[in-house]
Amino acid sequence: MSIQYLGQQVDANTEFETVIGLEVHVQLATESKIFSQARSRQESVSEEAVNKNTTPVCTGHPGSLPSLNKKAVEYAVMVGLATNCKINQKSVFSRKHYFYPDSPKGYQISQLELPLNEHGYLDIEYGEQGEHSKRIGITRIHMEEDAGKTVHFPGYSLVNLNRAGTPLVEVVSEPEMRSSAEAGAYLRKLYAIVTYLQVCDGNLQEGNFRCDANVSIRPKGSTQLGTRTEIKNVNSFRFVEKAIEYEAERQRQVILSGDRVIQETRLYDSQKNQTFSMRSKEEAEDYRYFPDPDLPPFELKDAYIAKLRDGLPELPDAKRDRFIEHFGLSKYDAGLITSSKILANFYEEAATDKGDARVIANLLTGEASRLLNDAGQEITESKFTPKQFKDLGRAVNDKTISITAAKQVVGILFNDGGDVDTVIEKAGLKQVSDTSALEPIIDQIIAANPNQVAEFRAGKDKLIGFFVGQAMKATGGKANPSLLQEMVIKKLKG
Amino acid sequence: MIPSTVREIHDAYDSGKLTPVELTKQYFGRIDASKHNAFITLCKDRALAQAEAMTAELKNKHGGKVPRREKSLFGIPMGIKDVQVIDGVRTTAGSKMLDNYIPPYTATSVQKLENAGVITMGKLNMDEFAMGSSNENSAYGPVLHPTHPDRVPGGSSGGSGTAVAADLVFAATGTDTGGSIRLPASFCGIVGMKPTYGRISRYGLIAFASSLDQIGPMAKTVEDAALICQVMAGVDELDETSAEAPVEDWQKVVRDTAAAPSAEGLRVGVPKEYFIDGIEPEVKNAIEASINKLKAQGAAIVPISLPHTKYAVSTYYVIAVSEASSNLSRMDGVRFGVRPPAALEAKTPADFYKKVRANFGLEVKRRIILGTFALSSGYYDAYYRRAAQVRRLMREDFEKAFQQCDVIVSPVAPMTAFKLGERSKNPLQMYLVDIFTIPASMAGLPAMSVPIAKDAGGLSIGMHLIASRFKESTLFKAAALVEGGVK
Repeated sequence: MSIQYLGQQVDANTEFETVIGLEVHVQLATESKIFSQARSRQESVSEEAVNKNTTPVCTGHPGSLPSLNKKAVEYAVMVGLATNCKINQKSVFSRKHYFYPDSPKGYQISQLELPLNEHGYLDIEYGEQGEHSKRIGITRIHMEEDAGKTVHFPGYSLVNLNRAGTPLVEVVSEPEMRSSAEAGAYLRKLYAIVTYLQVCDGNLQEGNFRCDANVSIRPKGSTQLGTRTEIKNVNSFRFVEKAIEYEAERQRQVILSGDRVIQETRLYDSQKNQTFSMRSKEEAEDYRYFPDPDLPPFELKDAYIAKLRDGLPELPDAKRDRFIEHFGLSKYDAGLITSSKILANFYEEAATDKGDARVIANLLTGEASRLLNDAGQEITESKFTPKQFKDLGRAVNDKTISITAAKQVVGILFNDGGDVDTVIEKAGLKQVSDTSALEPIIDQIIAANPNQVAEFRAGKDKLIGFFVGQAMKATGGKANPSLLQEMVIKKLKG
Repeated sequence: MIPSTVREIHDAYDSGKLTPVELTKQYFGRIDASKHNAFITLCKDRALAQAEAMTAELKNKHGGKVPRREKSLFGIPMGIKDVQVIDGVRTTAGSKMLDNYIPPYTATSVQKLENAGVITMGKLNMDEFAMGSSNENSAYGPVLHPTHPDRVPGGSSGGSGTAVAADLVFAATGTDTGGSIRLPASFCGIVGMKPTYGRISRYGLIAFASSLDQIGPMAKTVEDAALICQVMAGVDELDETSAEAPVEDWQKVVRDTAAAPSAEGLRVGVPKEYFIDGIEPEVKNAIEASINKLKAQGAAIVPISLPHTKYAVSTYYVIAVSEASSNLSRMDGVRFGVRPPAALEAKTPADFYKKVRANFGLEVKRRIILGTFALSSGYYDAYYRRAAQVRRLMREDFEKAFQQCDVIVSPVAPMTAFKLGERSKNPLQMYLVDIFTIPASMAGLPAMSVPIAKDAGGLSIGMHLIASRFKESTLFKAAALVEGGVK
């Protein structure tokens, strides 16, 4: 059977590439909602608090009118500036119509023509050591209001409108990503930017940062686009990557079986690692957009935009470059640390000079990150303090402890907290750098292994490792390794 | 005997011959005896409580003298069109969809009136969601004409027109999207005024067509219309389309004009497009007579042209229905819109919406369907976008015309009040009733209807006056001259 796809014959040996465009909804962390004075941020919503953070505006009462929250505009412009967008000085809100119980007006106020920001880009780095980089285009970033939440129960559903009217920006990328790794890197970079800007609380579980992925595949080299599916609302970066991988493979199998991919919305089940169909978009929905007559087009002055541009904080890329320059970090480590503003700030407080700085980076991106990830904690929520890492860096650097011991200390600090010097003391991790203490141990090992000594002296240099290893074992791993090696060589050759 | 102006009422309060409670009770007595169906909901307890508080306030706080400066409408009983929301008072917009709707907030316009001392008597009948020209589209039954019960009062503010003309309230609010204040004012023989778009906050006005809707006063005299208008006017941070333009003392403009009537320096534009075949001869004659009176008072009469007038009705019906289809989306039975029993049997959300929304009235359904079509993908450019372009041309027509004149005059409608049922079978015939009022709405201009004559059957004829944007002063001055000429 010969299968045609996008004008080409394809079979099991055809190399496909994945084409990915992302739409990210970022909740802006303003105090009040985008079009009303109701409180916007919902730290925790108890049963009694349902539908309480509302005014007649966000509940869509007949006669109510939207009035634009200037802070939301400011935050949205900041996102545009930080992603290299052109800020449209004149911007228009439009109504997007659809019926759904958690859309109280029957339309969502959004932007279609003349969105706030257009034509931006993000630079991403990805790969095992961050060795790949790529520029991903951003088509547009527009403002809109969030919907409420519908909770379904057997036989009935309940609507909570507390979230309705929360300001959002929707960041729409060009379909320029070609792998799940690129998509993941794009999301992490965008996330880092909006949290650096402090315009988004960044709580993925609370839906502060939600991603829809448009995925299609095509034979590598083709310039056409295949039929795409949209994977909705996946709330972790890792799951977005997995969902894309699953979906690309699913589409490949559909095509190779001679079927066609249906344009539809799909949901990702992280437990099964599968996507499944939510609703078909074969009959294109008609949202009947038109400019909202309640909101006159708003205009932004050059001076206003310039002021916001000047006020932007240091962004992840700039911080990363500064860390490389100032602390001598590798691009990879610097990238990892600056991918989180919280981690970057923590690091900057701990790191003092270049010698310590690299050790601290190493401990933070390695042992500490692993422990934090496993516990699902931010570093600021843990028992770790910047001072602990500052002390650890110094201890490793002045050879009080080995890097191996330092990792052990990190583990202890993570569980129990405390002062670094006390922990080192208590756990007996101090390196033995006292030659008078090491000398008898080395002498004893040399005496106990005459054959090896002879072989070494005959030119088998590799045996040095044997002697050092034996000595290290005898000290319970506490000997200063470079000092130990120096002394062993001296003894054997002397 | 009920006094006929705010000044007379306040004088009566000052002299102790009348109290707010007595006046309120007198009006309720008239309302109870009336068969006009002018009200949908009465606020008897609420109004009497207001009146009692004011009666006490007058005596205890103000030494028996009305605080005219602070509360210029002190103790004035008014009706509110049932499309402006009041906290805790059922507001239906003339629709069964909102039969049980109790708003949790008050419209800015009503709040301002009540702050100025207005006693709210009740919610006035109207065409469903303000869609209609005869008040026959109300889900609560048609309002009858104040003096000719076989005729319509005009719409959509028909309850307001009749209630004021029949002395059921002292004055009323109306809302005007394409003529809904001016037409009933003309048919009922009262003054009805639509301010410049943006003059009065729309916050709390249940929207029909958001880019056209304006609230305005309906009263017996130009002076009282001016007073009520200036109380409601002003920018509102809750309505982004409300305007910063300074609110002037229009009541004073009217008083000064009435004290020394002169039209010297006033240029009155007469658009040739507004004097077409099909205007009833008595209407035409009355307008011409009024124009001549203005001329006699010293006005310069200037023939003008508004060439895009012929597109007004069709353009209006694209824009208004498009916006209406959107605004009424929220009547979906989830939060707003009564759920009929059948809807509870619905198996899918789509089926549910269908069953709920079947309960709109016929005219509202017609307009939702038209508007949904006009905004649909593939038709948007041909209808909505095109209409918006033509609307701009109409606005430019007026801008050019106002370089030559200060105020434009025309009939309000080609006819006087027609009979119930006479036009309701043919929507197009009904739409053409608004042919002279729609252009000013499309351009967002201030316009009003002033009664000038009665036809042989005793039916009122109104003169239509239009001024330039935010030139309410000019409009009220011209209206005062026309009114004076009649007296």
